[in-house]
Amino acid sequence: MDNYLTWTKGVASWVFTLDHKRIGVMYLLGVLVSFLVGGIFALIIRTELIAPGQTIIEPETYNIMFTLHGAVMVFLVIIPSIPGSLGNFVLPIMLGAKDVAFPRLNLFSFHLWIIGAVFTVLALLFGGFDTGWTFYTPYSTKTELGGVVPVIFGVFILGFSSIFTGLNFIVTVHKMRPKGMTWFRMPLFLWALYATALIQILATPVLAITLMLVGLERVFQIGIFDPAMGGDPVLFQHFFWFYSHPAVYIMILPAMGIISELISVHSHRHIFGYTFIAYSSVAIAVFSFLVWGHHMFTSGQSALMNTIFSAITFSVAVPSAIKVFNWLATLYKGSIALNTAMLYALGFIFLFTIGGLTGIYLGTLNVDVHLHDTYFVVAHFHYVMMGSALIAFIGGLHHWWPKMFGRMFDETLGRIAFVLVFVGFNVTFFTQFMLGSHGMPRRYYDYQPEFASYHLISTIGSYVMAAGFFLTAAYLLHSLFFGRKAPANPWGGRSLEWQCTSPPPHDNFKVTPSVGDCYDFRAVHWSEEEQGYVVIRDEESANLPPAH
Amino acid sequence: MTAIDSKPEETPGLDESHGSDTPFQAHHFDTPIQQYESVKLGMWLFLGTEILFFGALFALYTILRANDPELFSYASQYLNTILGGINTAVLILSSLSMAAAVHFAQRGRKTLMLISLWLTLFGAAGFLGIKYFEYEHKIHVNLNWGPSFYYPVDAAEAAAVGEDGQVSTVQDENARAAADESALLSAERSTSLPDVPEPRLAPMPPTDAVSMAQSAIGPGGLSAVKPEEKIKAERAAAGEVTYSDKPHLEDQDLPVNTHRFFAIYYAMTGLHGIHVVVGMVMIGWLILRGTKGHFDNRYYAPVDLGGLYWHVVDLVWIFLFPLFYLIH
Amino acid sequence: MASRAHAQHRTDDTHPIVGHLVPMSTLVWTTLALLVLTILTVAVRYIDVGEFNIVIAIGIAVLKATLVALFFMHLWWDRPFNQIVFVACISFVVLLIALTVIDTKQNAPTLYTGNPARVQEVLDAKAPEAPITKQTGLSSPG
Repeated sequence: MDNYLTWTKGVASWVFTLDHKRIGVMYLLGVLVSFLVGGIFALIIRTELIAPGQTIIEPETYNIMFTLHGAVMVFLVIIPSIPGSLGNFVLPIMLGAKDVAFPRLNLFSFHLWIIGAVFTVLALLFGGFDTGWTFYTPYSTKTELGGVVPVIFGVFILGFSSIFTGLNFIVTVHKMRPKGMTWFRMPLFLWALYATALIQILATPVLAITLMLVGLERVFQIGIFDPAMGGDPVLFQHFFWFYSHPAVYIMILPAMGIISELISVHSHRHIFGYTFIAYSSVAIAVFSFLVWGHHMFTSGQSALMNTIFSAITFSVAVPSAIKVFNWLATLYKGSIALNTAMLYALGFIFLFTIGGLTGIYLGTLNVDVHLHDTYFVVAHFHYVMMGSALIAFIGGLHHWWPKMFGRMFDETLGRIAFVLVFVGFNVTFFTQFMLGSHGMPRRYYDYQPEFASYHLISTIGSYVMAAGFFLTAAYLLHSLFFGRKAPANPWGGRSLEWQCTSPPPHDNFKVTPSVGDCYDFRAVHWSEEEQGYVVIRDEESANLPPAH
Repeated sequence: MTAIDSKPEETPGLDESHGSDTPFQAHHFDTPIQQYESVKLGMWLFLGTEILFFGALFALYTILRANDPELFSYASQYLNTILGGINTAVLILSSLSMAAAVHFAQRGRKTLMLISLWLTLFGAAGFLGIKYFEYEHKIHVNLNWGPSFYYPVDAAEAAAVGEDGQVSTVQDENARAAADESALLSAERSTSLPDVPEPRLAPMPPTDAVSMAQSAIGPGGLSAVKPEEKIKAERAAAGEVTYSDKPHLEDQDLPVNTHRFFAIYYAMTGLHGIHVVVGMVMIGWLILRGTKGHFDNRYYAPVDLGGLYWHVVDLVWIFLFPLFYLIH
Repeated sequence: MASRAHAQHRTDDTHPIVGHLVPMSTLVWTTLALLVLTILTVAVRYIDVGEFNIVIAIGIAVLKATLVALFFMHLWWDRPFNQIVFVACISFVVLLIALTVIDTKQNAPTLYTGNPARVQEVLDAKAPEAPITKQTGLSSPG
């Protein structure tokens, strides 16, 4: 069986491959390794906080730990996770194209990711950095630790990796669609990746230049951000969040795209409100540029801008809610299969709703003054970044795992792992909502005894979650070698990637696939012979009444 | 890379449906037009990121200038308008030759295209040459970014400062800003007089020296802060040059923080200069490929894209020139 | 499907297969216009028209940039989406500039921490009665 995995052999055939599928798999490996590293940092932090006073590490080490946890998770894991790995693998196949528009650029973007990751690791050798992942000035230009410049350079490079991926996706979606694949026949995951790519292109350069200026400030003291030299540190926050707020949507938009696929496929039901979901992705992308100031309510931003940013922040709730309601409407009367991927999708809806609604709290000016820089904020963005973006990534990984590697994983273990992750996550972070509203500040090494029981519960939750992820890693690795051979279409999906074999052949399609409505599941039937779903095209199914 | 790259083109049944018009058509594009339009869109998106890249610096410039207009009108006089004007003309003419190169490439006129590319390359080199003289002169008279805009504190003066061995520029003013207002005002006025003996700034109290680090970590006691003495010892060991707050410019009207103008000037023109260098490398590559005869009226996309890039470099300079050199 | 700009001229030696050929005369005239505008903008620098100096300088720069984009960069004949990309990116730069400038202008007095005399001047001139006069260089949350 000739597929993309066995097509050529040797390390060089992977490292210098131009095949989007192999690049996607390499991204996946990199992202998962980074996730392990970032997760270990998180466990160290939680263990340190299990009781008041010093538990396992020094205060300085603690500062480095939470900074590294943030930087690794944001720049190396969540931002590249879905577009880099799943997006690269799935996008051209879903589209019916042979590859992305610029395969060399795609490979270059992956190599940049590696270089950026190396610099982030190098930062540790230079003494680490304790600025928080946000590099706020003037602390980042003053801290004694020598890792700041290497990590800034690393993030600068990672930014270009992200830009090139986005650029590639936009051109691919615009120019590589085969005949019949119109804009409104594209699976919603592609719409989400497209909207994400728009943000990557428009926002990331500003981060790059801002970090460059921080580097210059640190090395030459040019006086742009450093108040000691006449600079304006609030300006840094403006520039930083002009990227980093949209970056939050770089994380969540593709996750929403995955959920649209998962909900529809695993409930065998036509997606409800296709155009609304598609347009809401683009709307979120545009809104994301207008709300950055809500990170700066207490930083000395002017009252006028606080009010404007707060008002626009509320309006982001509209397209987000449109998506949630449409997913719920899709589930209604569907034949829901509680596969592992579907469990993650349902978990996403629950966690994203909590994360999104607490975002409304924080977008309210007077409430934010109370909650700013407390564990409430920590819990909020973990619900969105981890509970939503990463959970969707893990769900999508389960969904496309058989397609990527041609092996089925153990569903029972998958469901157990999901329960561990879901329960562990909520125990960890819901507790932190309470901690925050009681006034526990974020990033603190030590705390008052009154917070001790919350911290203890939160730490126990993180261990449960870690157990879930290690179990996931175990059965996924096991499936690679001992898993049952995957059929072409194990879940009953209708989009194009389920029409090619698992794993796909090198050039994706032996014959050019026919493009139909990728959410019309009426012609999809279970086949005992294939042990998977097959699409039966006959006269009758062509003349069926509309799907809903 | 090429070995792996070329394999798909040898795979039977993959490329036979469409005869490639040129040897440079990638296997995953169906037609040369699709390839041309894809690379063109890709280039435009990349140029979009370049615009936002510079855009952040333009935003920075606007904010600095909106808040300190007199600083800009004062410091701008130290820039050479004539050299800036000549450089503008050089870039516009090199843009013309680049556009001409695209024109001749489209028509398959190899020699004329190569001549145009060479002219563009000379234009770029000329621009950088003039820029070098400008920079060289400014650095020579210490119109610099950051602390080196000011006189360094030599050993004797450093001793006079007292036990404070830190980089001491105007940062102490901030500490004092929180102090008594009236005392602050009179002290501040005195700093603009050049004949006041150096240094005028009182040593920073030890608590203030670490307050920045402390406030970022949390209230005292929750986290250990590196002792002041340790910081000082490390700075001294590193042999760092410390600077006073006396600028090299002997001018009573010198606005406060004039070094910020030169910081943004060097940041923006420097980044632009880096783009010129990248552009020269790119034009050189185009000349190399053009000499080998790779381009004709069917395949000229690299020249076209290179041209777009070069025009953006020109476009940025079109804004930099009036913003820095032509402030009334 | 291809726009008006992409009518194909097959195998004609003087025309490209793809893209649009801009005549040399257009390029030369554009260059002349750019040079004239450059001389004009330098000349205006020496005339004092107050606030309008910067407006004129930026106006001429925008005009020059438009000429470069439309004719040198072929944007006049290019596909609509490429034009949208260009304009959208510039709008986002304007957005960044506008919102940050509005904010820092609102906070302007607190920015002059290095220059208390100027702070006092601004406070006295713009808001002599405002409560903000109680602040000296330290920002308040709004």
